[in-house]
Amino acid sequence: MARIPDEGMVEKRGIGHYFTHVGLIIGVLVIFFPIWLAFVASTVTQSDIISPPMPLWPGDQFLTNYSKALTSGINAPVALMLMNSLIMAMGIALGKILISLLSAFAIVYFKFPGRRLFFWLIFLTLMLPVEVRIVPTYEVVAGFGMLNSYSGLIFPLIASATATFLFRQFFMTVPDELAEAARVDGARPMRFFWDILLPMSRTNIAALFVILFIYGWNQYLWPLLITTDPSMNTIVMGIKQMFPSGDDYADWPVIMATSILAMLPPVIVVVSMQRLFIRGLVDSEK
Amino acid sequence: MATIKLDNIKKSFGKTDVIHGVNIDIEDGEFIVIVGPSGCGKSTLLRMVAGLETVTSGEILIDGAQVNGVEPMDRDIAMVFQNYALYPHMSVEENMAYGLKIAKTPKAEITERVAEAARMLQLEPYLKRKPRELSGGQRQRVAMGRAIVRKPKVFLFDEPLSNLDAKLRVQMRLEIKELQSRLGITALYVTHDQVEAMTLADRMVVMNGGVADQIGAPLEVYSNPQTEFVAGFIGSPATNFIDAALVPDAPKGASKIGIRPEHITLLPSGQGKLSGNVVFTEALGAETLVHLRMDSGTETFTVRQDGAMALPVAGDPVGVDWGADDEMAFNDKGRRV
Ligand SMILES: Nc1ncnc2c1ncn2[C@@H]1O[C@H](COP(=O)(O)OP(=O)(O)OP(=O)(O)O)[C@@H](O)[C@H]1O
Ligand SMILES: [Mg+2]
Repeated sequence: MARIPDEGMVEKRGIGHYFTHVGLIIGVLVIFFPIWLAFVASTVTQSDIISPPMPLWPGDQFLTNYSKALTSGINAPVALMLMNSLIMAMGIALGKILISLLSAFAIVYFKFPGRRLFFWLIFLTLMLPVEVRIVPTYEVVAGFGMLNSYSGLIFPLIASATATFLFRQFFMTVPDELAEAARVDGARPMRFFWDILLPMSRTNIAALFVILFIYGWNQYLWPLLITTDPSMNTIVMGIKQMFPSGDDYADWPVIMATSILAMLPPVIVVVSMQRLFIRGLVDSEK
Repeated sequence: MATIKLDNIKKSFGKTDVIHGVNIDIEDGEFIVIVGPSGCGKSTLLRMVAGLETVTSGEILIDGAQVNGVEPMDRDIAMVFQNYALYPHMSVEENMAYGLKIAKTPKAEITERVAEAARMLQLEPYLKRKPRELSGGQRQRVAMGRAIVRKPKVFLFDEPLSNLDAKLRVQMRLEIKELQSRLGITALYVTHDQVEAMTLADRMVVMNGGVADQIGAPLEVYSNPQTEFVAGFIGSPATNFIDAALVPDAPKGASKIGIRPEHITLLPSGQGKLSGNVVFTEALGAETLVHLRMDSGTETFTVRQDGAMALPVAGDPVGVDWGADDEMAFNDKGRRV
């Protein structure tokens, strides 16, 4: 709109601009401050932390604290917990994507008896998050001897109604003619899935991967229940395990270093996938 | 190259019958156009030949072999879709090569065939582009290219030009016709555009409500329509119809008489077979369309006359006449008598 702004308008918009920015900056500071404190705490010594006032600028213990956390930690080396978390988060994210892609494919492209029933059954599980079905799930996992194992960490969380639903919606927007063209070209159903449907869904897959990776990474209750062996701890629950029971003192610098380390992988995933994410939004192709 | 035979093909979706028994014999290398109004079952018929739709009853034979239960890929056909159905994430080259790749054609041969098709269709500069970077006409050509590289026995087209603008449509029409006759591949082409049908077809099939009303060469169908529907559907402006009772010396058994607009001559009032009033005229330059309301009642007539002739004045009473040979008489079932 080409409108000549009168002076009042400019003034008003200027103030609005100013306030928006101040608001945003305050918001960022509020969110960032605890993280900053955690970072500071991870670079000083234990005595610096417990003697008030709490330091606000990083100390010189960065290398000491982080290498201690990574290599020995408190119950288990943080490097190991990071690896466990990574395996679990990747397993959950990739597994969820694969399974929901396949089930959405089946629901959209094949006519089999009870198709609607299956769809609604999947949909129903949306109402049953891990926390609700945790006791029976624990029973089953224990029965299979999957306590303290990666499969125990991953499989119970791997079915995803949300992702299935999302892919279903996407597949339904793919023109039928495309499937027919592929059929005339000689592509059998799985070939069509791999060669055409999958590449066309890649931006959806990237977006879901980000969300699901973080979901998997942040799992707390489930790993807490089924991993009793410290070497199978994931990092998010591992932080809690580092807190002392009884009269032991907490090794705050190491705990804080662990917290900072626990935040890094999700950040890396978000930042690195963001480009694919945005590119996907810009050149949406159908 | 192949012959196709449709033997009493019927199709129902659940309880609705869509195709009511169609018989067509298509010769090797023939260009057959299926034309008809929207919803008459043209696409359904084509899709049954393609194998994308099951046949409820009847037989489809390609080169004498029954293919009712055969998968599309094994029928050796290629299809061009209305919306082109190009794979959006593949380049033009990959789009054309996909079918060959699946058929495990050797790499060198794929490259050669794609290059040849691209040359034929003037697509060479665009081989590396994605479909979304092409114009409508170029996409249309890629869709054609995808069909050509397969060297199929049969081409199937479902309204391939309906998404193009008028000028491009004329151009692509010529290209399709030229390509088909050069390659000598049997083609089945669906359209609701009668100009397309008339210009492309060796023979055309006029469909009406799931029935093939008439099959024949375009000019034969035009000049000698077998049903009232065909007479009304083919030709623009449409054939004039009038109750046989109102026409002097109409043939026995006729209930309706049809006369094409170009066969009617305007006479001064009181002369000729019927009389009416001029409602309005459309002077198109080369020709003039005169619209009449007949005295007999509600019928309107369209008369096509040479543009050089005097323009009748709206409201004037006129007489109309036509030669007995140009009269097309239909019985009460709509069939020619
Ligand atoms: N999958 C289907 N289920 C039920 N009815 C269908 C189905 N496909 C087509 N029909 C019906 O069959 C009839 C013929 O459809 P078809 O698509 O063959 O028409 P068409 O002649 O190609 O029309 P158009 O020129 O509009 O494309 C229509 O009345 C349509 O409603
Ligand atoms: Mg159609």
